[in-house]
Amino acid sequence: MAAEIKLKPGLYIHIPFCIKKCPYCDFYSTADSRLIPAWLDAVKREILLYREYSSSFSTLYFGGGTPTVINEHAMRELVGFLHENFTFLPGAEKTIEANPNDLSRENLKMLRDLGFNRISLGVQSFDRELLEFLERRHTVYEAEQAIELIREAGFSNLNIDIMYAIPGQTRDKWISTLSRAVSFKPEHVSCYQLTLKEGTPFWNLRKNSTICMPEETDEEAFFLETAKFLKHRGYLHYEVSNFARDMKYVSVHNSLYWKHHPYLGLGPAAHSFFNNTRWWNCKSVKQYLKSFEDGNTPVEGREELTDDQLRLESLFLNFRTTGGMDIESFQTFKRVGTVLPILEKSNLVKIKDGRVVPTTKGLLVADSIPCLFL
Amino acid sequence: MEHIRNFSIIAHIDHGKSTLADRLIQHAGLINKREFRDQILDSMDIERERGITIKSQTVTLPYKNDRGEDFELNLIDTPGHVDFSYEVSRALASCEGVLLLIDAAQGVEAQTMANLYAAMEHDLEIIPVINKIDLPAADIERVREEIEIELGLDSDAAILCSAKAGTGIEEVFKAITERIPPPKGTTKKPLSALIFDAQYDSFRGTIISCRVFDGSIRNGDTIRFVSNSATHRVEEVGVFRLKLERRKELSAGEVGYLIAGIKTVSDTSVGDTITLESNPSAVLLPGFKEPKPMVFSSVYPIAADDYLSLAESLDKYKLNDAALVYQKDSSAALGQGFRCGFLGLLHLEIVQERLEREFGQFILMTAPSVKYKFLLKSGEKVTVDNPHYYPDPGEIEKSEEPFVRIAIIIPERYMGAVMQLCMERRGVNSKFNYPTHGRIEINFDLPLAEVIYDFYDRLKTITQGYGSFDYEFLDYRESSLVKVDMLVNHEKVDALSLIVHQNNSRKRALNICERLKEEIPRQMFKIIIQGAIGGNIIARSTINPYRKDVTAKCYGGDITRKRKLLEKQRKGKSRMKMVGAVEIPQKAFISILKTDDS
Repeated sequence: MAAEIKLKPGLYIHIPFCIKKCPYCDFYSTADSRLIPAWLDAVKREILLYREYSSSFSTLYFGGGTPTVINEHAMRELVGFLHENFTFLPGAEKTIEANPNDLSRENLKMLRDLGFNRISLGVQSFDRELLEFLERRHTVYEAEQAIELIREAGFSNLNIDIMYAIPGQTRDKWISTLSRAVSFKPEHVSCYQLTLKEGTPFWNLRKNSTICMPEETDEEAFFLETAKFLKHRGYLHYEVSNFARDMKYVSVHNSLYWKHHPYLGLGPAAHSFFNNTRWWNCKSVKQYLKSFEDGNTPVEGREELTDDQLRLESLFLNFRTTGGMDIESFQTFKRVGTVLPILEKSNLVKIKDGRVVPTTKGLLVADSIPCLFL
Repeated sequence: MEHIRNFSIIAHIDHGKSTLADRLIQHAGLINKREFRDQILDSMDIERERGITIKSQTVTLPYKNDRGEDFELNLIDTPGHVDFSYEVSRALASCEGVLLLIDAAQGVEAQTMANLYAAMEHDLEIIPVINKIDLPAADIERVREEIEIELGLDSDAAILCSAKAGTGIEEVFKAITERIPPPKGTTKKPLSALIFDAQYDSFRGTIISCRVFDGSIRNGDTIRFVSNSATHRVEEVGVFRLKLERRKELSAGEVGYLIAGIKTVSDTSVGDTITLESNPSAVLLPGFKEPKPMVFSSVYPIAADDYLSLAESLDKYKLNDAALVYQKDSSAALGQGFRCGFLGLLHLEIVQERLEREFGQFILMTAPSVKYKFLLKSGEKVTVDNPHYYPDPGEIEKSEEPFVRIAIIIPERYMGAVMQLCMERRGVNSKFNYPTHGRIEINFDLPLAEVIYDFYDRLKTITQGYGSFDYEFLDYRESSLVKVDMLVNHEKVDALSLIVHQNNSRKRALNICERLKEEIPRQMFKIIIQGAIGGNIIARSTINPYRKDVTAKCYGGDITRKRKLLEKQRKGKSRMKMVGAVEIPQKAFISILKTDDS
């Protein structure tokens, strides 16, 4: 990554449509595809709001929802409009999240033509039963087919999303999903723990004991085995849930979030961060559309971060990545003198090249480490 | 002066003292029925919640007898718990008589007797009042017998009433005016007035409660405190009518308040005599008994920054609770704080609660200790009330701890359980009395350390509330003592150290290990809690770390949410104390003050 690219903002577009909502997901999305044309119009109007922004973007990220559910026409129009109004640095990372059974030779070619150079594929599992349990639309075969098609279409930067700590998932099953994933030599793997959020169908199933989540010790074992397995196969564990086959395949866009770099988010529920100010759009598509009809911006909330808040954020963000925090900034926090040696002794952090970095064991408790310095 | 009466109500806890006080106030017409709120004098939250009176409050009741004479009756309320005998003595010194209230169902209890003796010491007129006569369990004849035999008073002189139902109240008023003598003293002599209470008001400064014995005080007078010769100009005098009611003067025999722009809290000490600068009294009033602290504990602010604010709060608090004594203290684990002396464990808890509620202080208190005496091999004698100053064990020739004589009155059926409790608590020299049929009075010599360690609570539990209890200091006796240190991840938490009898050391240390294990939240590393005597580990518990707490995703929208969560946690930290990297919540320190063993 060139230094210049690092400092340029990223651009995120939220495509809040899913054909079917997964029972564990609490991201905002709607299955009402009739809203797509209106949504597209609104996003275009939002783009115009920021057109004056003169800088170039270092990344483009289409997230969802399921970005691949919008049709070729809408996709071409959106990307075309983006390029008419914004500029991107040469070699900018352009990612689109994809669902395996939305991909075909044709639309992969279109995505290539539109300039996307990275695909993040939501596989979740290579186990038939677990895929069914998760109520995914695709089968194991479709996932494997999709990966082949992606490669065939010439994408040389592929991320595979997979999930552990699913009810009924043994460690053997997880290791075989992991093995299958790496057999395709993806440049990037994201391994997420299934966590239940209030209000989701799975949450309710657990509440009435229909499903049983793994114990804390199992979660720990899943995490540690994942880290070990991927490390052995040459992957770099650079963030709690993210692994790259090489430094150059670290997700540039997601790294912006963790490094407090600027980003602009468009579409319902999208967040933006510029000049120490964060703002976010209203969540639902209908509200989002209505704000434009009413002649307003879709911005629902905004906060200007104080120095203290920025420090606090950088503390917990830094401890989520294996880059950690430079020791000088770290020493401005409370109790560092007494607590740091204890964390080192407990093998939760180590000091490396003038930085305090979490160990693999430390990443397991990355949410708690900052609490010690409050 | 012929028409002034100064009196207190004294009683065993729960015998209906506050209810009677409220009824007298209502009967005197100070408030109407609609305004009537139960237990008006118990104005502090804690008092209402616990149903006990802690702080003395004063009220002047107007009364017209059947001959049409107008009286002013000054009711000086007294606390009812054994810990507060000092407060009782201050109130009694300002009175000429007392109502000795006895529950018609419960009869004479341990504190009834203790209170009676205190009243006798002050040479007061004693009017026995049998309360709650409307209860189905009331046994007036038995209570009369107890008044004769146990108290040695004339039971025919006892008044029957039910403060709750409002019967017999006029008889109480009659007895106060007819049997309690009017105050002596003269306005011709120079001023001498006794300070028996004080409160701090942030607008007006110190509000002093006093009893004028001789002379009078007016607005504009320059008064002098005898103890420190400080002088102040009087801004206002008056009497207590639930609210402050301004008067032109307070003269001999009267009870009231004075405000003199006193902003320095330490200028006023309860028990001091007030006189006039221009015409000082030659006679100094006998001071109150100095409070004798029996229990010691250190108080620390949870956040070190709050030390100064705690110091200021203690200063103001002390004005209103003369029994509290304190001095500076410091701890390696907890920083700067204060070593405080309390009358007893309840007093300690009340100070803690009031500092939190009324002064907004978040504090930690260390395990309570008594005052130990050590004779060193060098021949030197040392007194230690803080484990921190425990002498080098190799230097100790002899150790001594304070013993008290306890008196417990219970229905006979609880005798076995109470005996067992007293034996467990190292009780010796037992004695039994059977004052009346079915009841037994048990006396034991007990180490004070055992009494302050949850004894009263245990007694109440095993006697289902029927046990009544009182104690008085006896002497120091030789004892085999050790100092137990508590270590959290091998770091000594000096604030958790305690001095205990050797035979109890392991049990106490284990108990604290278990308590801390329950109260300290799991953290990201293993926490080892140990109890040790010198280098010798005698107890241990372990808190296993949590394994995984990290959330899987943190992208654009998650960051604000996460930060807000941390900000909330940071707020919660005001109730945590860090020892090394271990967060110890305030309630962990409090939990070790209590036992749960049987």
